Amino acid sequence: MRETITFVLNNRIEQVSNLPGDTTLLNWLRQRRRLTGSKEGCGEGDCGACTVVVARREAGGEMRWHPVNACIQFMGMLEGASVTTIEGIAPQGDGAPDLHPCQQVMVDHHGSQCGFCTPGFVMSLFAAWCNGDGLAADEIDTTLAGNLCRCTGYRPIVEAAAALTVRAIPPAYETSRRRREAELMDKIAHDETVVLGDGRRRFIAPAQKEAFAQAYAGSPGATIVAGATDVGLWVTKQNRHLPDMIWTGRVAGFDKVAKSGVHWRVGPAVTHAAAMTALAEGRPDLAEVMRRFGSVQVRASGTVCGNIANGSPIGDLPPMLIALAAEVELSGVASNRQMPLQDFFIDYGKQDRQEGEFVSAILVPRAPAPQFRAYKISKRFDQDISAVMGAFNLSVSNGRITDARIAFGGMAATPKRAAMAEAALIGSQLELASFTAAAAALAEDFTPITDMRASADYRRQVAANLMLKYGMDLTGTPVPRLTGSGGDLAPGQLRETV
Amino acid sequence: MNEQRIGGDIRTRRAHDSAHKHVAGSAVYVDDITTPEDTLVVLIGQSPHAHAAITAMDLAEVAAADGVVAVLTHKDIPGTNDCSPVYGDDPILADGEVSYVGQAVFAIVAETMGAARDALPLANISYDERPAILTIDAAMKAGSWLGPSATMESGTPDTALAGAAHTLSGRIEIGGQEHFYLEGQAALAVPGEDRDVTVYCSTQHPSEIQHKVADCLDVPNHAVTVETRRMGGAFGGKESQGNLPAVLSALAARVTGRPAKTVYDRDDDFMLTGKRHDFRIDYSVGFADDGRIEAVIFEQAMRCGMSWDLSEAIAARAMCHADNAYHIPHMRVISHRCKTHTQSNTAFRGFGGPQGMVGIERVVDEVAHHLGLDPLVVRQRNFYPHKFTANGGKGRTPYGQVVEDCVLQDIVGELATTAGYAARRAEIDAFNSRNQVIRRGIALTPVKFGISFNTTFLNQAGALVHVYTDGSVHLNHGGTEMGQGLNTKVAQVVAHEFQVDFDAVKITATTTGKVPNTSATAASSGTDLNGMAAQAAARTIKARMRTHLAEQHQCSPDSVTFTHGRVRAGGAVMSFAEAVKSCYLGRVSLSSTGFYATPKIHWDKQRSRGRPFFYFAYGAAVTEVAVDLLTGENRILRTDILHDVGRSLNPAIDIGQIEGGFVQGAGWLTTEELVWDDAGRLRTHAPSTYKVPACADRPAIFNVSLFEDGENIEDTIHKSKAVGEPPLMLAISVLMAQSHALESVGDAYPMLDAPATPERLCLAARRLGGPGISLGGS
Repeated sequence: MRETITFVLNNRIEQVSNLPGDTTLLNWLRQRRRLTGSKEGCGEGDCGACTVVVARREAGGEMRWHPVNACIQFMGMLEGASVTTIEGIAPQGDGAPDLHPCQQVMVDHHGSQCGFCTPGFVMSLFAAWCNGDGLAADEIDTTLAGNLCRCTGYRPIVEAAAALTVRAIPPAYETSRRRREAELMDKIAHDETVVLGDGRRRFIAPAQKEAFAQAYAGSPGATIVAGATDVGLWVTKQNRHLPDMIWTGRVAGFDKVAKSGVHWRVGPAVTHAAAMTALAEGRPDLAEVMRRFGSVQVRASGTVCGNIANGSPIGDLPPMLIALAAEVELSGVASNRQMPLQDFFIDYGKQDRQEGEFVSAILVPRAPAPQFRAYKISKRFDQDISAVMGAFNLSVSNGRITDARIAFGGMAATPKRAAMAEAALIGSQLELASFTAAAAALAEDFTPITDMRASADYRRQVAANLMLKYGMDLTGTPVPRLTGSGGDLAPGQLRETV
Repeated sequence: MNEQRIGGDIRTRRAHDSAHKHVAGSAVYVDDITTPEDTLVVLIGQSPHAHAAITAMDLAEVAAADGVVAVLTHKDIPGTNDCSPVYGDDPILADGEVSYVGQAVFAIVAETMGAARDALPLANISYDERPAILTIDAAMKAGSWLGPSATMESGTPDTALAGAAHTLSGRIEIGGQEHFYLEGQAALAVPGEDRDVTVYCSTQHPSEIQHKVADCLDVPNHAVTVETRRMGGAFGGKESQGNLPAVLSALAARVTGRPAKTVYDRDDDFMLTGKRHDFRIDYSVGFADDGRIEAVIFEQAMRCGMSWDLSEAIAARAMCHADNAYHIPHMRVISHRCKTHTQSNTAFRGFGGPQGMVGIERVVDEVAHHLGLDPLVVRQRNFYPHKFTANGGKGRTPYGQVVEDCVLQDIVGELATTAGYAARRAEIDAFNSRNQVIRRGIALTPVKFGISFNTTFLNQAGALVHVYTDGSVHLNHGGTEMGQGLNTKVAQVVAHEFQVDFDAVKITATTTGKVPNTSATAASSGTDLNGMAAQAAARTIKARMRTHLAEQHQCSPDSVTFTHGRVRAGGAVMSFAEAVKSCYLGRVSLSSTGFYATPKIHWDKQRSRGRPFFYFAYGAAVTEVAVDLLTGENRILRTDILHDVGRSLNPAIDIGQIEGGFVQGAGWLTTEELVWDDAGRLRTHAPSTYKVPACADRPAIFNVSLFEDGENIEDTIHKSKAVGEPPLMLAISVLMAQSHALESVGDAYPMLDAPATPERLCLAARRLGGPGISLGGS
């Protein structure tokens, strides 16, 4: 066991010890290292002003550069990784330009006004540039959805991004930067458990399953942390002190999405970004909801299992996964059990998880679900928590509905199936009238509340209308989705319907 | 001799002076300033109640907590317990009573923010809750006003209304808006010798901070220096709201003798600071068959919150923009300033103008609907006369100012053509008749916005220019940089005067030690005022140089020229630096102040009459939207803008202001919804719950052009026009386009309130008889 974390910062090895386990990367950068280019705009991972790039090796060994909200990243999560901040991207070496291309395009296109959000935008572009994706015309809005700008109206920033050509062969200064980065990461790699703490608050980062189990057995009241996109806010927003945190993110094998019988088995440290490809295959609606889920930064850190474990009444994934008949697996020191996901959510803030247990996998059926549809309703399209999230999945045989799985988020204290509406549909003909009848039945399934996201009236109305919309989608009169990002939705492209 | 135009001259697309630092992360904001080791942090303890008496306050445990150095209450204030901009009604720290949830009650001064946050819940304060008035409706019912209501009147509105061929009346409610500057409020105070203090502050108004700090500490103004290099956005939210963190930092520094910093985190910023006023506007309109509006009576009720702040001037601007672009012969505008137990609402880009303008645009839209006319036709029939047709009294506003510079006929005509308005409207109407769920809408709305502070004396500015012996120039002025490019434009003006490269002009932090007694950088007037003051300073220096060089080279001072980096005197040609050196050796002062006061303006606030504005800025926008009637989801498909900035000093910066203003205005009218609960607690206090536009929310097609024939008829800096605020109101076209989309649903006028969230649009569509499930009882 080590009591020092080791990582790479702007291509130099850093060793840090004797810090509270809940110290965030942003506070450390700004206060301890006086690297003040990364800004705090919200402290909850919603504005992107603190975006830095964290490089890690993927399960397959290749390097990936993740944009990360430093304000909710715990220091211990950096063990073995390489962090690049806005101060670290200017090209080095003889003859190298003064600014990195990701910086220069922002100057050339008047992409900054007050400048406070600018480092975050540059770093989001830098991550995309390093990875060689996310900069096509129809990808830029998504790449930048996690960065808020209040001055420019975004047009010049989008043009800057579009001008940023991703070269097949990176310039020499970048090749050497990456080579050095990889060398340093290889040099510091190890598989001992690392503990960062100050004697009161510990962050434990095991690298092996056995070590993880041992750590949890030794501290069964510990908070299991995956991406910290929720737990991070407990610290920054609620000033909660978590005596012990145990991190899943470094445990070998925890980051795997694997075929397991009829299921995809999604491990406890699989991020939304990593899960998207497998889960969204053949399910375009799931892909679109996940594209709108948080932001690139949030999806790069947040995990599927964490999203289930925290039991949000809205969480966009649970309704979709319930509609797809997913199962959840819970593991403890000596136990292992599995249940339908819908049964995991008991009440607001209460899940069927015992002390010492953690969500060790989500099992999602791989079978195609041609009738699966999902509709996310929020005030803002991108990076917004849903007012109502509806997920629908029917089995149809010879024009008759034989099975129905319908789940809503935002309509009850937990993500919940619409049992009465399902019952109304099962046995009915696949025709619009069946859905109209089922929509009325939703009133018996849900008694939603009024909050800052929506009124109870709107929630009821829109849930019923989504049932109708689903019916229209399935019966040959689909309504065009307005959910495309601004760049690809021109007036002439709006398809007509009846 | 090589004669290039100077780099970064006026009228060029010179990049923001700090662009390089912005992208490098090296631009310094208040929280980035390197501070001495012993710097303390200040955290505010806030009221949990909307209205209550404080019956007991025991902070002993807070004071005894680890890392806490001091706990401040109103009793620690040596001078005046007030941080208000005008009326003396904003306590720094509550004294006996709290008037909103979030109000500052005490302040913890600690070694670290962690220590301060840990100590916060140890406060033991007893409150005796009182009834709270939270909304406009409640305030109007209870007669809870900050002061008497005001009336502006022209013609005989009652008679005209009674005699009109058609009349309508209605109400629109318009929500407030949080500034959401990315950099929260921030101030750092460093104590000096005597009882001096230097305050580094993210503020639009360093002079006011200086005054409030001096009053709080009971020292003369000369003991306080306030410096602002740049803000990470402001939008009006740092005109008065920077006072509290600055004063608290200075007070903490006084009490402890150590530097102290107050930086609001996002939640505290939402809870503590004022926002754009929400409005409830009742209207009655009388009009003719052709859509000509004879008379309008508006009753504007605005939620001011618990104190005045800048609400009186904001109310005046709302009244002065209740006509927008329309010459309405008979008009009455009544303004109620509601006092509520909520944050004290404050300046926000447009300063009441946007709300006033939404009122009249709604009226015009409803008139057009009633008559079955294209709203654009009704708008055009009611415009103020064009500048070449204006004659005595013909185009007089309800407050008595003659509109002499109207160019809306030109702008709207050109825009309607380039945007293909008429054909698109026809195509959209056809589309809507064929489509059940997705409806589209289009609207063209104009903006006429008055430029100058309504409060006449604020229209003054100073500058200080030094020329050093190497020919480099030090520029300082009273304006502050919040991202709008003010420093860039003023430096362009000075570079142009001396005919030196932009890079030869050093932009320096705004400080009360160099230019005193300044006004806030606000009312879009930053460049108009400070550009003129800096030009005056440069011209003073140039005049002295001319005199000296004329003597040296045996020519008349008038014949000495500064062009393209060269100075010519008699037969001599020299570089600017050589000319400067010669002046220095000739013992000529190479430093000067400059001053400017806007001419022609006056305002009688008692009678709501006068000429408050030096000139008007004009623009127009066409926006097309799509709305899903089943869900209320919507998108801006396309926006075309043509805007008049006079003769632009910097087209790139001006277009940036127009685009950014439009998107910010669109956010205000669509997704940005502030929600308070029944106990007066703001429930939307972070970006997770308060939704400003994200990248994909900008119009899918966004065409922005400057009006090419634009030229200020008044003598402004190089004939340019102010651009900070006016473009925000171009976004009213979004709300009107949504209204158009919903008009296709049924016969009734949609009566949309703002913000038109998906919820409002969906429920309005149901109300109008659109598609969807009928829920019966609800």
